[in-house]
Formats: sequence, structure tokens, C-alpha cells
Amino acid sequence: MGATFRLAWRNLWRNPRRTALTMCAIAFGAVLLIFSIGLQLGQYDMMIGSNVRIYQGLLQIQHLGYLTDPKIRSSIPNILALTQQVRDRTGLKNISARANGFALVSSAKRTYATAVVGVESAHEQRVSTLPGLVKQGRFFSADNANEVVIGAALAKNLQVALGDELTLLGSARDGAVAAAVLPVVGIFESGNVDLDRSMIQIPIATFQDVFDMEGHGHSIVIFEEDFKKAALFKSQVIQALGTQAELVVLTWDQLQPGLKEMIDLDYSAGWFMYIVLVAIITFSILNTFLMSVLERTREFGIMLALGYKPFNIGRLVMLEALILTLFALAIGIAIGVAINAYFYHYGLTFQGMEEMAKIYNLPASIKPQMSVNAILSGPALILAFTSIAALYPAMRIRLLSPVEAMRKI
Amino acid sequence: MNKGYTLVAALAWRNLWRNPRRTTVILFAIVLGAWAMIVMAAYARGMSKQVFDNAIDNLTGHIQIHAPGYLEDPVIDYAFDSAQTTLKTALSDPEIAQFSPRVRVPAVVASERESQGVTLLGIDPVTEAKMSFLRKSIVAGNFFVSARDPGVIIGKKLAERLETALGRRVVIMTQDAHSKIADRGFRVVGIFDAMMDAQETGFAFISLGAARQMLNLENRVSEIAIKLHDPAHTDATLERLKLQLPALDVRAWYKLDMLAKLFQDTWEGSTFVWHLIVFLAMGFGIVNTILMAVFERTREFGLFQALGLKPGFILLQVWLEALLLLIIGLAIGNLVAWLSVLATGDGIDVSAFGQGLEMAKLSKVIPFVLTARDLLIANAVVLILGLLTCLYPAWRAARLVPAHAITRI
Repeated sequence: MGATFRLAWRNLWRNPRRTALTMCAIAFGAVLLIFSIGLQLGQYDMMIGSNVRIYQGLLQIQHLGYLTDPKIRSSIPNILALTQQVRDRTGLKNISARANGFALVSSAKRTYATAVVGVESAHEQRVSTLPGLVKQGRFFSADNANEVVIGAALAKNLQVALGDELTLLGSARDGAVAAAVLPVVGIFESGNVDLDRSMIQIPIATFQDVFDMEGHGHSIVIFEEDFKKAALFKSQVIQALGTQAELVVLTWDQLQPGLKEMIDLDYSAGWFMYIVLVAIITFSILNTFLMSVLERTREFGIMLALGYKPFNIGRLVMLEALILTLFALAIGIAIGVAINAYFYHYGLTFQGMEEMAKIYNLPASIKPQMSVNAILSGPALILAFTSIAALYPAMRIRLLSPVEAMRKI
Repeated sequence: MNKGYTLVAALAWRNLWRNPRRTTVILFAIVLGAWAMIVMAAYARGMSKQVFDNAIDNLTGHIQIHAPGYLEDPVIDYAFDSAQTTLKTALSDPEIAQFSPRVRVPAVVASERESQGVTLLGIDPVTEAKMSFLRKSIVAGNFFVSARDPGVIIGKKLAERLETALGRRVVIMTQDAHSKIADRGFRVVGIFDAMMDAQETGFAFISLGAARQMLNLENRVSEIAIKLHDPAHTDATLERLKLQLPALDVRAWYKLDMLAKLFQDTWEGSTFVWHLIVFLAMGFGIVNTILMAVFERTREFGLFQALGLKPGFILLQVWLEALLLLIIGLAIGNLVAWLSVLATGDGIDVSAFGQGLEMAKLSKVIPFVLTARDLLIANAVVLILGLLTCLYPAWRAARLVPAHAITRI
């Protein structure tokens, strides 16, 4: 084995320029794949992370069917007690209950129809970044306080400032009229105009009072930073809930299937391109493998005549290809990881990104993902393709007859 | 001298096929590369076109006219007189194929059971039919029969959410021109099934006459959407309209739907980057192959030079060999790409990614769109960069010293 390895190593450097060029092609491919895959996965992490953080949470407990058909009557009874029960039994801290309704919101001058969300004053900031984005005024003082917090865009449209009163007019859980007059105590500004216009928040007990909820609510939101463990948290929550046939626990991708599917679509298109790219690189280097065998026909003939088995020569050729590929991949991985580490540290921004970031509620720079999967899946693909490519010249050796081979120049 | 060139060309052609296997392998790389470039460009162009078409069709049109302030604060206060003569003159521009006046305000639609915030649009049935998706998306009932039609048209999803149906009544509430709450009952006369859920749940349509009456608008409207004969003339028409209508806010689609514009720009940019990456992947292979072809003919080149052939001719010969290789590869690549685009017919079905498409503003089938410009760019990238990189092996061949070269084996 030692001798075969040495032989392969030396054969590789018989034509240093050719070997170097081939290695460049492979290393280039590896760098490119590591960078693109890392960036792609990093972007997905960022999209999921910001979506989960800003409002939606990682998991939500809802009434069965509420997700597709959010009616005020598909509610969870005794929501505050249930929320406390889940908190106690799972040991998870970032859990908060919400109730959702809909109302015509009027200021002195304007009227807008928006969603109204009842939130737990003490817990909402653990599951959503919105309370922290209150730029004017403050968040709620108590669960039963008569207060309302609205988005900056809506405040502008309603022409209200802190302290102004808003009149809410909607329909309660039993179909009766729900009405309230509440002063604005806080204005949040997330940077996303649509979000800032889409809802107003009021304390949950106030909500239950106004909308005649009788202790009901609509969702229990659970937030954890590590969204890859969503399934694990989900099973914990299900256990803590006990037998509640009419309730479901939904993970972020079920709550927002569009986001997951958009990511899947983008990832599939990405892999199509990577495979095509690696195929092109493979054809590019197949010639090197092929030539290095063909130009040595005479030599192989002699080896065969000396008693070498075609299998052994084939193994030698394969070994050469393998050493070359692994060596090049090692260089490629080193460079690729270095590039990704740099951008992981400093963040990457490109043109148009800031606008896009605002619309989708994202930070303005991407960090590539630095996981084993992100770094090694690209090089693994290259290794698989080049191994197949190396197989062909190695197989050809079986066709050689020593006498004829030796006569060749 | 002319004969010299013919000789060089003939030599280049024959040399190319001295080692048919090697040439075939590298041709595969070029064909695959050209195919990948063209198909990806067609895919990106298809998506881009689709986003554009969807944006235009989704009530945006090519150009819109509003009262200043409306877009920041889309309420009834910012309406303008659609019967004014300057506006009529401006809208008689020969580039304008169709324009449609609309009342567009936030409102609430309530059934007996549920209520929902929507954008209420008062439309002129005759002009709107040629303007947006609405007319062709009606799946139950019918479109408005007159400009004063008393009915309402809503989306399928909204009807489900409101638990209402064709023929039933809903109440629409909004703020009228005197800042009073206006509410009126409407019978559902039509139900539309749009491509995107957001369209189905976000809008309710009534006739322009009914809207003006309900809101006390007289001759005023919120917006005029304009469709042009040729979208390429958007900017020029925009400038003319702006000059004629200094008191109004005239904007092109890319200022109204910035996300669509952003997607387009991103794809344009990434297609070119993709071309370069693909070229780099096959570039290594091309150089390596030509270099090999040069080195195995060292003796021959030496002999040529010794016989009096100028180094320039040798350079030309190798270069021509590369050119022939590239042209053959490109020709086949273009053909295969064209065939595969033909084979996909209407496009590729990506409906598996349903809601993700909506976020990305795409439809369920993405068409491949081949344009002459994209073909030209892909081919130019390969040809120009290919010839540039092949200068290196050609130059190496021309630089050989005859005395040394001849004595080499």
C-alpha cells in the first residue's frame, strides 16, 4: 500500500502544471459551493429567525382549525391558567398568551379597520420583539389596564399621538357589539410599514372584557432561540398540555407554510445549479484523468508484462484521482471556510438588500451558516462526481493487452 | 497569404479531431455549460416576466395617478377630480392603451357572522375589465353589468372567511368624504378566484357609481391606473404625464410595487454572476485540454518553426482550434437548451411550493422565456472569455524555441 501510494503521489506530479490546473478547478468548485451553500443557509436562518422573533414565535398552541380559519369563536378556554400550566410543566420561560380580534379603530379624525391583539403585559416581551420596539411611550402596565399600543404607521394614518384616545368597535365572541375607548400609551416602530399598520395591541384581560371572551384566548405563543429544536420543544409542550383533543401545537413552518415553501423552492433551485456546476467541473477534469492514463499506455503495458494485475493498476489510477481530489478539496475547504468565517464575523451586504430587508423584516446583512452540513455538503458532492469520473479511465486499463500496449508510444 | 490562412484553418480543424475522445469530453463540458447558462437565464427571465406581469395585473398597471399624499396615507381625503380637462388631455396620450379610474379606500366587510378589513375598490366595469385580473378571475356569479351596479364582488377565500355566499348580503363600512362612517348593504353578485390568497382576502369590489354615491365623492376618484401599449415606453410616457399633471402624483409600477422591481433586479444580476461562475468551471477544463494538445505537439511546432512558419501563425492555429471547439460546443449547447426550453412547454410546474410562491410573487407554473439578448450574453461570455483564456496555451505554443522543441520527444 505504501508503495502504491508513493507511486500515485509521484505520478501526480509528473505534469505539475496539469495537476495544478485540475486542482484549481476542484478547489474553485469547493470554495464556490461552500460560499453559496453557507450563504443560502445563513439567509434562511435569518429569515426564519426574524419571523419567529418579531411576532409569530417558534410554536403556537391554537384551537384546531384556527390557523386556516381564524374565527373569534375557535378559542382556547381558560387560556391564562393553561399558559401558566404549560410554563410550569415544561420549565420553558418564554411563553405568552394572546387573543385576537378585529375592530374598527377610530380617532377623532379617522377610522381604520385593523386586527386587535390582546397580550399578556408581563410576558409578551419574552416571545416578541415588538414590545421592545416601542419608540414612544411605554408598554402595558397591567393585564387589565385600559391602554392601547399601536404601530407608528397606523398612528400616522389615524393622526393620533401619545395620550390620544381611540374608539374600538368590533364584534364580540358571542356576536354582540364590542366597544371600548382606550388611550394610546405606546407607539411601536418595527421598520416594516405593513406590520406597523396591521394591528393594535391591548392587555389581554382588557381584551377578554371588551370582546366578552369569558376567559378564552386564541393562541399560546412559545419562543426559543434555537428553531432547529422546534420538534423537541413541541413534544414537551404536547406533554405539558395533557389530553386536550381540540388543541393543536404548531411549529413555525406550520404557522407560516409560505416561508418554509419559499425556502424549499429556493433551496431546490440552488441544488439544481450546484449539481450542474459540479457536472461541468467533472467534465473539465475528466480529460486530465483520461490523458494521464492514455499517455502512460506503454508504461502500463510494461507493468502488466511484469506481472501487475489490471486491478492493481486501476487502483493506482483511482488513488491518483482520489489524492488529487482530496488535496484540492482540502485547499478549497480551507479557503471557503476562511471566506465564510470572515463574512460570519463582519456580515455580508449587497445591493438592494436593505430594501428587501425592510420589506421582509430582516437585518440588513447576512451571516453565512457555519455548520458541518453547510461546509461539507458541497465538497461531498464534488467528491462523489469526481470518483465516478475517475472510474472510467481506471476501467479502461482492463482492456489493455501488454504486448500491444508496450508497442505504443 | 490568403492561402496561408486557409491552411491554418484546415490544420486547426484536423488537429481538433486528432484525439476525438478528448475533444468529445471537453465538448460535453462546454455544451453542458452553455445549456446551463441559457436555461438558467430563461428561467430567471421567466420568473422576472411573471413577477412583472403579476404586478401589472394585480391592480397596479404600468402607471398610476393619485392625489399627492394618497400613497402614504391611502384614505378618501386624498381624492381628485377625474373629469378635469387637463387630466382628460393627458390621458389621450397615444401610448396609453387603457386607463381605469378607481375609488380605493380601507373598509370593513361584515356578514351576519364575521367581519374583515379589506381594501374597497370602486371600479368602472368597462375599463377595469381590460385592466386587471378581476374580470377573468370570476368563478361564480357575474361581473358588474353597469357603472352603477349595486352589487359587490369578493374573493373565494374572503367569502369562506365571512361564511357568506353568492346572492347573500354583506355590509360594507368605511369613512366617507365628510369623515363620517358610511355603511351600506351590498348583495354578493360575483366571486373571484385569484392566483394569490392575499388578493382573494384583501379586496372587495363595488361599482364606481355605487362607491361615489356611498362616499359622497361626486366626480372624484382615488386613483387612475394606466396600461400602455408597450411597457418599454413606461418612462417616456411617465415623463409626459408628469409634465402635464404637475398637481398630481404620477408614478410608474416600479415605484408602486418596489418588491417586484427588486426581484427583477436581483435576477438580472444573479444571472450574469451565474454565467461567470459556469464559465470559470469549464474554463479550467478548456485551458487544460488545449494546453495538453499543445504540449504533446511540441516537436511538431518546433518543426513548423524550423521550416519557417512564423510564431504568429502557430498562435493563430492554436487559437483557431480553441475557437472551433467553442463554436461547436456553443452550437450544440444552444440547440439542446432551445430544445429543452421547448420541451417544458408552458413552463415548469412548481405548485408543490404553493404558498412560498405567493411570498415570492410567482405563479404555480414558471415559464422559460428565451430572449435574443440573454442568448447573446451567454454566448458572448463563453466566446470572449474562452478566447481570452486560450491565449495562454496559444502563446506558450508560439514561444517554443525550435531547436529545443525538435529535440524533445
